[in-house]
Amino acid sequence: MDLRFGDSRPTDEERAAVDALLGPPESSWEGADRSDADLRWARGGRAARDRRDLLLPGLHAINDRVGWIGEGALDYLCRRLTVPPAEAYGVATFYAMFSVRPRPATLLHVCTDLACAAAGADGLCAGIESRLGLSSGVSVERSPCLGLCERAPAALAVKAGDPVRTAVSAPATVDDAVLAARAPDSAPQEPPAAWAVPQAGDPALTLLRRVGVVDPAGLDDYRANGGYTALRRAFELGPAGVIREVTDAGLVGRGGAAFPTGRKWQATASQPDHPHYVVCNADESEPGTFKDRVLMEGDPYALVEAMTIAAYATGAHRGYLYLRGEYPRAVRRMRHAVTQARARGLLGDDILGQGYAFDIEIRRGAGAYVCGEETALFNSIEGYRGEPRSKPPFPVEKGLFGKPTVENNVETLVNVVPILTMGAPAYAAIGTGGSTGPKLFCVSGSVHRPGVYELPFGATLGELLELAGVRGRLRAVLLGGAAGGFVRPDELDIPLTFEGTREAGTTLGSGVVMAFDDTVPLPRLLLRIAEFFRDESCGQCVPCRVGTVRQEEALHRIVDRTGAAAAEDVALLREVGRAMRDASICGLGQTAWNAVESAIDRLGAYE
Amino acid sequence: MTVTPLGIPRRLLEFTIDGEAARVPEGSTILDACRAAGKEIPTLCEGDTLAPKNACRVCVVEVEGARTLVPACSRRAEPGMEVRTGTERARHSRKIVLELLASSVDLSTTPRVAGWLKEYEAKPDRFGPDAARLEEEPRIDNELYVRDYGKCVLCYKCVDACGDQWQNTFAISVVGRGFDARIAVEHDGPLTESACVYCGNCIEVCPTGALSFKSEFDMRAAGTWDESAQSETTTVCAYCGVGCNLTLHVQDNEIVKVTSPHDNPVTHGNLCIKGRFGYQHVQNRG
Repeated sequence: MDLRFGDSRPTDEERAAVDALLGPPESSWEGADRSDADLRWARGGRAARDRRDLLLPGLHAINDRVGWIGEGALDYLCRRLTVPPAEAYGVATFYAMFSVRPRPATLLHVCTDLACAAAGADGLCAGIESRLGLSSGVSVERSPCLGLCERAPAALAVKAGDPVRTAVSAPATVDDAVLAARAPDSAPQEPPAAWAVPQAGDPALTLLRRVGVVDPAGLDDYRANGGYTALRRAFELGPAGVIREVTDAGLVGRGGAAFPTGRKWQATASQPDHPHYVVCNADESEPGTFKDRVLMEGDPYALVEAMTIAAYATGAHRGYLYLRGEYPRAVRRMRHAVTQARARGLLGDDILGQGYAFDIEIRRGAGAYVCGEETALFNSIEGYRGEPRSKPPFPVEKGLFGKPTVENNVETLVNVVPILTMGAPAYAAIGTGGSTGPKLFCVSGSVHRPGVYELPFGATLGELLELAGVRGRLRAVLLGGAAGGFVRPDELDIPLTFEGTREAGTTLGSGVVMAFDDTVPLPRLLLRIAEFFRDESCGQCVPCRVGTVRQEEALHRIVDRTGAAAAEDVALLREVGRAMRDASICGLGQTAWNAVESAIDRLGAYE
Repeated sequence: MTVTPLGIPRRLLEFTIDGEAARVPEGSTILDACRAAGKEIPTLCEGDTLAPKNACRVCVVEVEGARTLVPACSRRAEPGMEVRTGTERARHSRKIVLELLASSVDLSTTPRVAGWLKEYEAKPDRFGPDAARLEEEPRIDNELYVRDYGKCVLCYKCVDACGDQWQNTFAISVVGRGFDARIAVEHDGPLTESACVYCGNCIEVCPTGALSFKSEFDMRAAGTWDESAQSETTTVCAYCGVGCNLTLHVQDNEIVKVTSPHDNPVTHGNLCIKGRFGYQHVQNRG
């Protein structure tokens, strides 16, 4: 590869940001001053290309320090990593959190997604914009779901610098949000993670048992609360034994696809190709979903332990935790937990003296819902655009870096800990025959006590909503998030199981339960969902790239229409939606029409 | 005639297409098998010299047991697979995809697409007059070729040809996201300030005319481009000793563009700047 770098130079600040990540450059080939040795010898080549996966962290480093990614900075990073500038530009422009154009150092993301919109995000935005004015040095951005739905409306301030400063304001008022943006350091602390768990302290809990009980920064506290007994049991059982337990427990993926976890692990473990990787998908970006954030903020060591168990079972020695970029506190807590675990021999070359080596690298996403798709996530980690790959080959065979990879989301992994401590039969006794174990639900919208709820599979939607306390007259419930579907208030006896929701013609998805009272204008809500998918489509395949645009256009046309006046566009939506579901490459395009379709069919929207 | 190497022998696998038994060598795609069986499946982004990207989704077919439709161009045939190419479901998706494409970009210079639009009864106009379209002025920033984004279907073929599949120059990439995604060079600048080496291999693989020779672009603009009046002569490039094949497209005794035969086992349609663009000396009749 014959790379050409432009002659634009990084500023000192930009260079420092990159060097802080990669270390100082050693040769003029990668941007240092020319020395005699450089005339005869070029560093770089394959060794540098193998560091391509540092592209995303590099872009973050520049963006965090300067607030945006300039030409000189990008070219310097490319030189350091031997990445073609055109490709790096393609990657930098893929993610919502990066900008390749100058912008103010402080960004205030104000969430305008479903729960926040229902809680008055529009007014909040207007208030903030008028208060800050144009010359405030703060750029106010309307943002997709920030995953703070239990405290809607929410705002996240990010002030570039060294170090970058962040402040969350939720529930946000104009005053709080403006303060967070102007002085992130002096903004009030976020409430503890347990605030998002209305059941906190209930001894019957399994997955959320420790949230609010343990100190999320204390490894000893975690161990005192039963931490690391599951890993010890795993070492007793051996890798095959662990997989057997997970299989017998009937655990299936909690991200929405509900694939049997034991089978995935077995398939990865048995691949002859090495190395194997474990990837934890902590990029939850589905509007209305925040359970992974609460788990990581409230019980971070459980995830470290669970990833270690997954790695041990599948023969992996390296794991990647791909964490949503919009979750600064979860990033901090997980970083701390990983560092502590490493310092105490619970990660590293010889875990618990068992001679087993495993370590975790944390990667921050940069604002792309599609990266929750497993293969898109691999591309993102590898330093490519987060576009999904076509399957087959499946990740268990060719995943991260083309090697066998097991990928699970946070909730799925965290389930492995109780499976090993209580044993498969006891775990499988929770829930129903077809859906075993406990399940987390993110309840938000028009309820008195929004938050993450843990219930055994099999509880009904009505029972869950009763716990949360419906506010006002219930008009509709969005089940499973933007990729899920709406159900009516007279369908609250739907059992919350995979088989029960399937039978009712809907989906459990990632466990989102968003309640809307009759004051919420349904067509606007649908428009927001369509807007979300249009924004988040990666653009790779035609049905999704153009289909999401046509869907939004049609919904715009009928936003104030019903009956015969809307019929033609509803028919158009159906036809386009069917092709998107059938012909899109990945789940994003395949599910982008679900919620709108269910609103038309089940709620009679536009009738 | 070019000589095609036979390669190592491959096992045959058996499956069915539209209920009829088909036997193809291991590693064949469903599309290969369909073509061998004489079945026509439309496809835009598939290229004979590149690994299929399966981005356009025009070639989708139904495979028994699959939840969604599968792209025939990239899915390998498997023993026992039951493929159906012309079901209502597959035809519906193809029709919608063609409508989505034709409503968003200019397909006037895309070969064969007019026939498919007719065959599938696609009506791109039904998305209304306000349907978003890519309407940008063609970018003319050099004397060799023109980028016309209004015709780009984002098939990724140019990116793959410029990148690790052929040229290894990596001068272009997809930038942006969703409907705003575009093919661009670094920092979205002019081609002349990019890593482009003007091999023109991206034009060779472009299925829609979004990338075109400046000569062709100018003649089309002037209304003098007439493919029926052109003759094609394949010859050997005289610049160096590699022996690349050139196909000279001649109209009115002037070379109007140079392509290269894709079935040539040495170059597979790829050329360098000299072979592709260095033909003016031939017609320097001063």
